[in-house]
Amino acid sequence: MTPISFILLIIGIPLALMLLYVFIRGSMGLRKYILTRIGLTLPMVFILASLVFFIMRVLPGDPVRSALGPRGTAEQAEHMRQALGLDKPLIVQYGIFLKDIITLNFGNSMVGGHRPIIDEMSERFPATLELIVPASILALAIGIIGGALAASRRKAAADYFLRVYSVVIYSLPIFWFGLMLQLLFGIQLKLLPVAGRIDPIIRTTLEPVTNMYLIDSLISGNWPALGSAVSHLILPTITLGLVLSGVFVRMTRINVIETLQADYIAAARARGIREKVVVYGHALKNAMIPVITLIGLQVAILLAGAVLTETIFNWPGMGGYLVQRISARDYTAVQSVIAMFALLVALISLTVDLIYSLLDPRVRY
Amino acid sequence: MPAEPLFSIRNLTVEYATRAGAVKAAEDVSFDIRREEILGLVGESGCGKSTLGKALMRLHRTPARITGGELLFDGRDLMKLTEDEMRAVRGAEIGMVFQDPMTSLNPVQRIIEHLTETVRAHEPRTTDQEARERAAVLAEKLGIRSERLKEYPHQMSGGMRQRVMISLALALRAKLVIADEPTTSLDVIVEAKFLDLLRELRREFGLTILLITHNIGVVAEIADRVAVMYAARLVEIGDVQDIFASPKHPYTQGLLRSVPNIQLDGESLYKMEGMPPNLLHPPRGCRFHPRCPFAMEICRDYSPELQAVDGDHFTACWLYHKTTGKEGAKNG
Repeated sequence: MTPISFILLIIGIPLALMLLYVFIRGSMGLRKYILTRIGLTLPMVFILASLVFFIMRVLPGDPVRSALGPRGTAEQAEHMRQALGLDKPLIVQYGIFLKDIITLNFGNSMVGGHRPIIDEMSERFPATLELIVPASILALAIGIIGGALAASRRKAAADYFLRVYSVVIYSLPIFWFGLMLQLLFGIQLKLLPVAGRIDPIIRTTLEPVTNMYLIDSLISGNWPALGSAVSHLILPTITLGLVLSGVFVRMTRINVIETLQADYIAAARARGIREKVVVYGHALKNAMIPVITLIGLQVAILLAGAVLTETIFNWPGMGGYLVQRISARDYTAVQSVIAMFALLVALISLTVDLIYSLLDPRVRY
Repeated sequence: MPAEPLFSIRNLTVEYATRAGAVKAAEDVSFDIRREEILGLVGESGCGKSTLGKALMRLHRTPARITGGELLFDGRDLMKLTEDEMRAVRGAEIGMVFQDPMTSLNPVQRIIEHLTETVRAHEPRTTDQEARERAAVLAEKLGIRSERLKEYPHQMSGGMRQRVMISLALALRAKLVIADEPTTSLDVIVEAKFLDLLRELRREFGLTILLITHNIGVVAEIADRVAVMYAARLVEIGDVQDIFASPKHPYTQGLLRSVPNIQLDGESLYKMEGMPPNLLHPPRGCRFHPRCPFAMEICRDYSPELQAVDGDHFTACWLYHKTTGKEGAKNG
């Protein structure tokens, strides 16, 4: 089993279980909605991948010229074009591309060792996942707790602090913020490593299963590897997580404030429910409904932020890979990565919709 | 007349801090709520009756604040309780039913959870199962079938939700229920049923009800006594029959005459002159004098206090003062 299929299982099984639960428990309308959503996801991924296919070919430059450089001869170029299948008519290339996508084989890279894309993604995708999952958790934790705190202490010091925090953090450029953290914690205090995912020497002791080093080291009980992976993860996670948390603090705060004005909150207070339960139970749960929607919309921003964060911290994930392969005009790699991202965004937004329908009993599709 | 009232409100003043200055939404209000009575509190929009209702449970939030007075409930002054002691009173001893049943239940919480949560907030030792059973028994009494308790608020009609609100107030056997415009958003048939229910509950549970409303008809139908508020002050209080038969205060007289009556089809509806005052700059003297057809010299400068007109009927109007003169409270 390749690491990538393992990861797809990790994401897929809970999602499938949740889908099944909602499907069975839900109304007729909800079932129809879920089927429609799944039905729409596939054409969406297909259209996006096709767009990328043609845009890459319209862009100036191609993998042959970028590999050979200005001194490559016409003969060399012709030879390479044949090897990569670029001499075939466009429509045939498109057919091959579609076949590769449908069989989830993705084809071979057009640069370097011409490795299968699936192998390259198996190394890269787990790294990105290992970065965006903790960063999202951090962003949500700060956003929800901070937003609720600011709302319940409205116009007090904590509220003003959190409001300033959210604006400042939201406007910080990710690359600058990452560099500053590297300077402070890596260079000045020498507390944390500033690049890579793990110490290269410790890396050799780690048996790759999922290629997510945290999970691999936990499975094999390799504690030094776990420590090294965690210490490498801290700065990138803080960089990405904090920058994303700003908008969640704002959204949660304004929604909790709005819900705190609601009649049912006054009614809950009138029944002698504890203020903490009123704010964190009644108000927060209602206020989370619009915030959940925002999470779905932020996934794309999260992936874009991951690209930047990976570049600063030399994190060998999908972001850095995509940037590198775009400049090399590695058609197959770029198409595959984009298709993968599209699938990811579609899956997460479907999940968010399901959570939404579970959280809000009034939602009827 | 029972010896000791359940709730004695003494000189209660509630202020709102606004940009333009302090607005008194209730000023120097004193009255008693007697045990097991239904007291109607009437007045037009903005006269301070809802603020008063909230203040009785100390539920007002900034910018409103109680600037003076005593709230003597069942032998103790609620003003002297800490916030946590006050929380124990809310829901358990005084319940509240709000105006709009559509918005006063948590949309993401099942009805049964509202009930069990309320019970367990006051009785932490009661198990969830016990709370559920008690809730089901109570709901049955209020005409809510137990299987409906599993529903969410949006699955219920307005009348049903208002029953749920009452059951929440009664879940811990509150002695007093403050109902703030409980029937305003219900249609007349549901309203009549709801009023019947209130009457029944009073009998069965020995409940005391403060019914805040602008609907004179509702008061006439159900209340034992009526208190009339005008521009943040209490102007008249007394037995419902006395007040409807012979209203004393000119405002109450106007209010009663402006109720539509199909028996008087020839006459056009009475309309009171003028508008209620802006509470930011209330008129000197009696608040009603600019609109009062009987205004006298003294009304412009001195505010009248509540005085007995006969037995149990009180009004704040110079027309009925035995000694019209300087002993009236001066009001700047």
